[in-house]
Amino acid sequence: MTRKSTPMGSVRGLGSAQAGTEHFIHQRVSAIALAVLVPWFIFSVIHATKAGYASALDWTAKPWNAILLILLFSAALYHMRLGLQTVIEDYIAKSGMRQALLILNTFAVFALMAAALLSVLKIWIGSGV
Amino acid sequence: MAGSGWTDPRPLSPHLQVWRFHMTMLASIIHRATGVAMYFGAFLITAWIVALASGPEAYAIADVIINHFLAQIVLFAWAVAVMFHLANGIRYLFWDGPKIGFDPNIASLISIVNFGFSVVAAGAIYGYAVFAV
Repeated sequence: MTRKSTPMGSVRGLGSAQAGTEHFIHQRVSAIALAVLVPWFIFSVIHATKAGYASALDWTAKPWNAILLILLFSAALYHMRLGLQTVIEDYIAKSGMRQALLILNTFAVFALMAAALLSVLKIWIGSGV
Repeated sequence: MAGSGWTDPRPLSPHLQVWRFHMTMLASIIHRATGVAMYFGAFLITAWIVALASGPEAYAIADVIINHFLAQIVLFAWAVAVMFHLANGIRYLFWDGPKIGFDPNIASLISIVNFGFSVVAAGAIYGYAVFAV
């Protein structure tokens, strides 16, 4: 596919880095989600964990809680990946180390996402509710 | 810049060499610090849900760790960090969206309120968890 935009057009829209306000907007949209999900999680998990393993398991297995937990982990991990990316880009000027930490940030977040989401799904599906 | 399409002046980067210390600066620094701290906190939350999914033996180990007093200090610090990042983050949304609260004195006042809120809210959460539930 040929590019229809002129070089000036791409610079106006995205700049030479080929990325514009996307990072900024995604950070804020995930923040709006977290402003709702985090208070829910704190209040809910206090009740869920009070009576030990069985009650925590029952809580996670309830469909609404499992859905909200999946949304919470997704939004939080996405938000923190964007946030730490900015911190790394701000403070680490040395090229090799900068790229290494950015890649490590991505890997760490995806590892946590796999672990957390599969745990929620295992409890939810395993409960048969 | 003549000919550029911006309709409002672009924000200048805050920098330690050109800005005198003020509360909004401190709030910004603490916002970033709490964000990085919670990044590592996410490993602990994930460890907890993995332990729950792994079965009663793994959860029992997690339970012993959580109830240790050092872990309770970490948990309280986590609550302070979350509450501060939440309150201060909502202020950022008001800045970025409807552009409310840019006046330097109001911004400083909100910064102080956010500091106070984070400690009080974390205390309320901790008290609720220990005494009310």
